Amino acid sequence: MRPFEFASAKTKAQAVGLLGTSFDQAEVLAGGSDLLALMKDDVVHPKRLVSIQGITELREVKPSEAGLTIGALRTLDELAHDQEIARRYPALAWALGEAASPQIRNVATLGGNLCQRPRCWYFRGGHGLLAKGPSGESLVIKGDNRYHAILGNQGPAYFVSPSTIAPVLTAYGAKVRIHGPKGDREVTVEKFYRAPQSDTEREHDLQPNEIVTEVVIPKASGTQAAAYEVRQKEAFDWPFATACAVLKMSGGRVESARIVLGHVAPVPWVSEMAARSIRGKSVTAETAAAAGQAAVESAIALSRNKFKIQLARVAVARALLEASKATAAA
Amino acid sequence: MANYEWPAADKRSLIGKRISRVDGPQKTTGRAKYTYDQNPRGMLYGKIVRSPHAHAKIVSIDTSAAEKHPGVKAVELMTEPGKEIFWAGDELVALAAVDETSAEDAARLVKIQYEVLPHFVSDAEPPADVPVGGPLSENEIRSMVTTLQVPVGQVVSRVQSDGITFTPKEEDLEQAKKNGMPDALIDAIRKAKVVPPGKGGTYKKVAAQTQGDPDKGFSESEVVSEGIYGSPVITHCCLESHGAMSEWPDPEHLFVHISTQNVSGIPGQMSEPLKMPATNIRVHQDHVGGGFGSKFSVDSWGIVSAKLSKKAGGKPVKIMLDRRAELEVAGARPSAYARVKVGAKKDGTLVAWEHSGWGTGGVGGGGAPPLPYIVNVPNQKKQHTAISNNIGSARAWRAPNHPQAAVITMGALEDLAAKLNMDPVDFFLKNIELTSPRAKIYAEEIRKGDELIGWKKNWRPRGESPGPVKRGLGMSIHTWGGRGHNSECDFTINPDGSVSVKLGSQDLGTGTRTCIQMVAADSLGVPFDAVKVELGDTQYPPSGGSGGSTTIGGVSSSTRRGAIDALNQLFAKVAPALNAKPEELEAVNGTVRVASDTKRSLPWKQACAKLGAMPVTARGVNKSGMTPDLTNSGVGGVQMADVSVDTETGIVKVNKMVAVQDCGLVIDLKTAESQVYGALIMGIAYSLYEEKIMDEQTGRMLNANMEFYRLTGIGDFGELVVHMMTGPGYDERGVIGLAEPPTVSPGAAISNAVANAIGVRVPFLPLTPDRVLAALEGKEARRAAL
Repeated sequence: MRPFEFASAKTKAQAVGLLGTSFDQAEVLAGGSDLLALMKDDVVHPKRLVSIQGITELREVKPSEAGLTIGALRTLDELAHDQEIARRYPALAWALGEAASPQIRNVATLGGNLCQRPRCWYFRGGHGLLAKGPSGESLVIKGDNRYHAILGNQGPAYFVSPSTIAPVLTAYGAKVRIHGPKGDREVTVEKFYRAPQSDTEREHDLQPNEIVTEVVIPKASGTQAAAYEVRQKEAFDWPFATACAVLKMSGGRVESARIVLGHVAPVPWVSEMAARSIRGKSVTAETAAAAGQAAVESAIALSRNKFKIQLARVAVARALLEASKATAAA
Repeated sequence: MANYEWPAADKRSLIGKRISRVDGPQKTTGRAKYTYDQNPRGMLYGKIVRSPHAHAKIVSIDTSAAEKHPGVKAVELMTEPGKEIFWAGDELVALAAVDETSAEDAARLVKIQYEVLPHFVSDAEPPADVPVGGPLSENEIRSMVTTLQVPVGQVVSRVQSDGITFTPKEEDLEQAKKNGMPDALIDAIRKAKVVPPGKGGTYKKVAAQTQGDPDKGFSESEVVSEGIYGSPVITHCCLESHGAMSEWPDPEHLFVHISTQNVSGIPGQMSEPLKMPATNIRVHQDHVGGGFGSKFSVDSWGIVSAKLSKKAGGKPVKIMLDRRAELEVAGARPSAYARVKVGAKKDGTLVAWEHSGWGTGGVGGGGAPPLPYIVNVPNQKKQHTAISNNIGSARAWRAPNHPQAAVITMGALEDLAAKLNMDPVDFFLKNIELTSPRAKIYAEEIRKGDELIGWKKNWRPRGESPGPVKRGLGMSIHTWGGRGHNSECDFTINPDGSVSVKLGSQDLGTGTRTCIQMVAADSLGVPFDAVKVELGDTQYPPSGGSGGSTTIGGVSSSTRRGAIDALNQLFAKVAPALNAKPEELEAVNGTVRVASDTKRSLPWKQACAKLGAMPVTARGVNKSGMTPDLTNSGVGGVQMADVSVDTETGIVKVNKMVAVQDCGLVIDLKTAESQVYGALIMGIAYSLYEEKIMDEQTGRMLNANMEFYRLTGIGDFGELVVHMMTGPGYDERGVIGLAEPPTVSPGAAISNAVANAIGVRVPFLPLTPDRVLAALEGKEARRAAL
């Protein structure tokens, strides 16, 4: 283990003060389920860990007329059993309960889930976020890319965004509240993620001296929503593709839709095409399949992941069908 | 004359009952201590520097910085400049430090220069024009003689002309001779030129072997089915990784804790490399967290833990592999694939078989599976090409070569049955005589399986399941030997009535302790709890390694013999008090009594008190050729799988599996069933998830972790039904091992069930969505082309 400093912050301001100007200098430690594994595997080696577990205000869940504000330190397990979330955002409650394993849900935090690093096996094998070989070529393109991106994969990033929660939050239009040296700022979950263009960038919009403090979900009363994960195992298995559909229905037809795919692109993939395809229609096997097809219209298979296009298509169709049968949210 | 025979059914007090394993509470509460849990005061942590390259030559090694790192107490080279490395993860340097992090940090300071050489990690189908020939590995010679049945003369001339890839050891040759290897071949091996590993070329092809007249057979076949089948390299993935902790109580004596399947065999393996007598080496192990065939050897890390400890003044040094090393180097099951053609008459009578197979077990090539498996088709033509590549070497994996053989054979036969429009159950029963000598057992087991899974009621022809989620049924049959190994125990009856059995065996988690205790208590007519079993130490009499399903037959036989001999010694002391002759006595239901006049009896404790001050100890021995023979060989099993396949996602779910298994006389019905449940769960893992994924670019395993090397979870295996064939016709055969056979069929049965569900064969395991969807797409394309 490479030596590192451990610092424990009691306030947001302290945390920001303890962080550095690059990720090599310091990383934020919350539940640690991903960061410690990355350190053990020598993929990241920060000189300092800044624990934010002592910042108690980041553990709160605050319902309001406008929606729900969730502290970044709430564990996935706590949130999966949260009655407010179940009532207001049933698709989110479901996705939280499906994430990882019970052991991990007990320690992993919402903020940590959003900030977890990609699972690309070249990245995890020490070849950098963009997985380059000795002469700068992409190891993903020539290598085994069965789990890699089919959308937004024009490079240089080919990994898939790993969070199964982020696509659901994106579909609900949630925002990430961030605290930094200049105070608080908010960014939509959608814009929080980005495909890095160089190995020095990260896959999200978080500066080295910023922390995620809260997730703010706008009111979703009356929406019908569902998420679907195409996964081989019942638990503790990364999905091949996920989709979340949040629908506003009117007279049996879709008035508006937010459809977001996961595990298909370097970011949670908002599909305007799929939403447009289903808008104004009632959800049937045929219209859902057409929306699924629209979602993957621009997909491009790498050498080994063509099957994921089919799985993404099916995930969208099934999320839509389930959403159309769901009860309207409180 | 002592009566060692197993008691008749009506005389058994414990044997055949369901007894919970004695170490269950210890394990479930975390009190059971594994080698991994050994952390004595002052222990040093060992770490190994491993090659990042799959093929390289070592140019130089500089350990000076590592040696100076704070906390480092000893450094040992495990290779030297000039040596060639043939797989990523191979051991280069080991060091020991006061804590794990210091050891890791120091390991990073070791500077090694490599001359990187081209590597090859694929096991794709070899080119068609590969010539027959190439130097042979031990595995290849063994499989040529046994599974491929190449005439000995041909093997001899191949060894003479092309050489061998290993340096033969005299003791191994002696053992081979004992196992029936012909003298001419042993002589040829002794004199053969040794081609260094990796220098024998990538492909080694065995000349085609024939049985009967395959050409005529195919011309007489009315229906011929062709297909491609196989399973990839998988790893053992022991949950307790490999490793050992060594310490020197004094400069002449070594004490080793090791995670092993082979307690008694370890000192002999350490003696030569450490240049010390085996009798000065004590090995101890209480529990092992999985071996599956990969833990017979002390391994280079076991040896180096002892060397590091010596350098560190005898302090304990523990080396346990991390997960990456465990998956990269500590065990792989060889891959096996084949193109198969099989022909039958319209009524289903099998006539002809032909296959061309390939596979890899790493740089040593790897053995050929026995094809066709069990079903001895009259006319055969077969050929195998071994691929030598740069992945960690193969080790025995439960029922070596059998699961691969079953996937290929049972898949090809199911495809043929589908083409014949026959229910596979009818097809197997039609050809049941070809499974001789166990035809009757298989027929009974197939009928039992049918009953348990509702085959006849639920089976539909291929692809006739309605809706997008298709259901299907598949079956497979398997066999294994399982004769008990050599085993000795010390069986002691104490004057206070307590009983102990001590032996250098090991309990792999299968219930060995429990079974020994049952046999001992049953043999003495005392309660189960009256017996204490101690194993896992070389201070006890030697007992064989737990491999090849040999343990239960070995330890139950030695225990039974020891029990009867000790009991006879007791009878000699007790007889005068009962006014009888020793041979008139029996020990039943907690008493020693006169068999013909059971009122003349003494409670067990009082009887034992007649021993006076000294306990009696008998050495129970099991070895081959003893009369009566308490163990036996050769079992049959049938498995059936009920699966659902989501044809839109390619995801396969196992709804139910039925395993019908014989293993002669069952000692503990509960642990026997557990053994089969475990085999099914492990079988589902290799059917649906497991695969050692190698990267051609980096030469590394991509999924050397437990996120992407996936095993069956609790929610993934559906309903499991196990039925043990017991009673008349089975029990009187004696005790036979059970670990291997039930792991053989799951892959084949599940693959067949998927083919039945979706109407097309998914050629290779694991049955992941990419493979299932590709097979469905191929079917659509063929339909469109018609």
